[in-house]
Amino acid sequence: MNTRFGEYGGQYVPEVLVPALQELERSYEQAKRDPAFTKELESYNRHYGGRETPLYFARRITEMCGGARIYLKREDLCHGGAHKFNNVMGQALLAKRMGKNRLIAETGAGQHGTATAMAAAVLGMSAEIYMGEKDMARQRMNVFRMRLMGAKVHEVRSGSRLLKDAINEAMRDWAGSVESTYYLLGTAAGAHPYPTMVRDFQSVIGREIRQQLLEAEGRLPDLLVACVGGGSNAIGTFHPFLEYEGVRMLGAEAAGDGLQTERHSATLSCGEVGVLQGCKSYLLQDEHGMVKEAHSLAPGLDYPGVGPEHSFLKDIGRAEYVGVTDSQALEAFVMLSRTEGIIPALESAHAVHAGMREAEKMDGDEIVVITVSGRGDKDLETVFDMGVIE
Amino acid sequence: MSRLRDAFLRSRREKRMALVCYLMAGVPSPRSFIDHAMACLEGGADVLEIGIPFSDPVADGPVIQEASVVALRNGVTPPKVLDMVRELRERTDRPLVLMGYYNPIFRMGEEEFVKACVRSGADGLIVPDLPLHEGGSLRLACERNGIDLVQLSTPLTPEARHRALMNATSGFLYLVTRTGVTGGGSADGNGLFRMVERSRKNDSELPLAAGFGISSPEHVKAARETGVDGVIVGSALVSLTLLETSPQEVMTAVRELAKACAPG
Repeated sequence: MNTRFGEYGGQYVPEVLVPALQELERSYEQAKRDPAFTKELESYNRHYGGRETPLYFARRITEMCGGARIYLKREDLCHGGAHKFNNVMGQALLAKRMGKNRLIAETGAGQHGTATAMAAAVLGMSAEIYMGEKDMARQRMNVFRMRLMGAKVHEVRSGSRLLKDAINEAMRDWAGSVESTYYLLGTAAGAHPYPTMVRDFQSVIGREIRQQLLEAEGRLPDLLVACVGGGSNAIGTFHPFLEYEGVRMLGAEAAGDGLQTERHSATLSCGEVGVLQGCKSYLLQDEHGMVKEAHSLAPGLDYPGVGPEHSFLKDIGRAEYVGVTDSQALEAFVMLSRTEGIIPALESAHAVHAGMREAEKMDGDEIVVITVSGRGDKDLETVFDMGVIE
Repeated sequence: MSRLRDAFLRSRREKRMALVCYLMAGVPSPRSFIDHAMACLEGGADVLEIGIPFSDPVADGPVIQEASVVALRNGVTPPKVLDMVRELRERTDRPLVLMGYYNPIFRMGEEEFVKACVRSGADGLIVPDLPLHEGGSLRLACERNGIDLVQLSTPLTPEARHRALMNATSGFLYLVTRTGVTGGGSADGNGLFRMVERSRKNDSELPLAAGFGISSPEHVKAARETGVDGVIVGSALVSLTLLETSPQEVMTAVRELAKACAPG
């Protein structure tokens, strides 16, 4: 298997993890070729996860923008409330196949942790979730959900006490438990083979979009839009379309307080190449290579790194990446709720904003597909506390 | 022949283990660090290992993580660590090894970083998140500039890869005594014995040093039973520096460890 996307990717991990990553790569390759594995995953996707998710023509926001026809890919309707399910189910079945019954995972917004807790429950495995102290405070409902489903949640107090630090802690756990434990990484980043494997499991999003849009419109989209933190829902949306040159791709990064400030998570827009948590990719770092703290209102986006395939797609110009600020995302969050009756996750609201701005500039016979990666119930407390809704 | 390898071969001739002491640069303060480092050398350290702080030390346990935070808060950067190495080089002939994560090295540029290490008087480099198959270009840069790049092997490393690590390492081979991160717990004596045994079968000359979980004279004595050439003590000493223990007390602790390195 190729371990890189251009110069990006690789396997920058302590030697103690190398045998485990090699075993994982071998097991994944075997599973991928085994029709029984694919069949079991498809069965869980359909009967347990609620796939396929709808591709919904959003008439009201299309009219509001007055440009391209806007479709929403409804990953918010996936079991657990986010696209995280797709990757988790695939990896949990792989872990079971490898005979590893203890799952560990990191989580930022709590969606990946929730999906991991779900998979562990339904497959009769154990799950331990690492979550930054700050994220636990702002995503309490997901902490309750994880605990309710039987997962153990570890509060991470090191570093910036956010997603990045939860990953560090999960990697430290894995270094000491690697023979019995499966590290279920939640995004298309980290050491090889995670970026490839997570992308493959998330590509169900793009494959469904292609099929559904062909049925609805008889053609491919002109533009795909998705939010990018680590980048798993975006790469899952984009990847099945990479070969179609006419399909443009746009990733919405978190610009936080603004790209000109220090408080954002726009790794691709503002970062420089570096190595963090197993892979070479763009990275928010200082002149000495120390990783900077990322900020976003959306806890699933405040990661100072990004999946290596996005770095590659940016460099070759195949995908574009823009920053969406906290206030723009918040506006889109409220707007989509009021206009379509869909409450998006704050993460997904970044994509909604970016997609609508593009759609305005496009013609009425063009098509934009925006991936709504998750639902916003988890963010209600944050949004209410900000006084947005009376 | 490198100063690092020499130090191990000398202690082997003297029928004792070499003692490698690890301290985090700039902890508890840049000034006290120099005093603590000198205390280690005066207490009997054969090699001084100097940590370069990093924002995300994934191979380290809580003690060295905390030390990284303190060092970064004290404004310690890789160039400042090299300044500290230069100062120590003027005061000792013993080998100085830097241990630091890869991103700051990549950021400065591998060749430039290695050249700066050589200029400062460092003898070796350990990069805990750069496994053998990603470290080819850094290894070449180290070879070109005459500095040792030390590889790590673990109880989980398969036989063929262990042989490859033995061939690639220079100075010595770092045997990670158990899975997990630095500090806490205790070394797995049986695991270490097997690692030493399989290493010797392949190459009886290459110096072997054991680290991770060796914190007390008792652990050092247990390691000596396995026939390993040296031990690396890190978190236990870093704990002392974090508590701002006096250099005199650090020296006493090191002296106890050094005593445990010799038979009898």
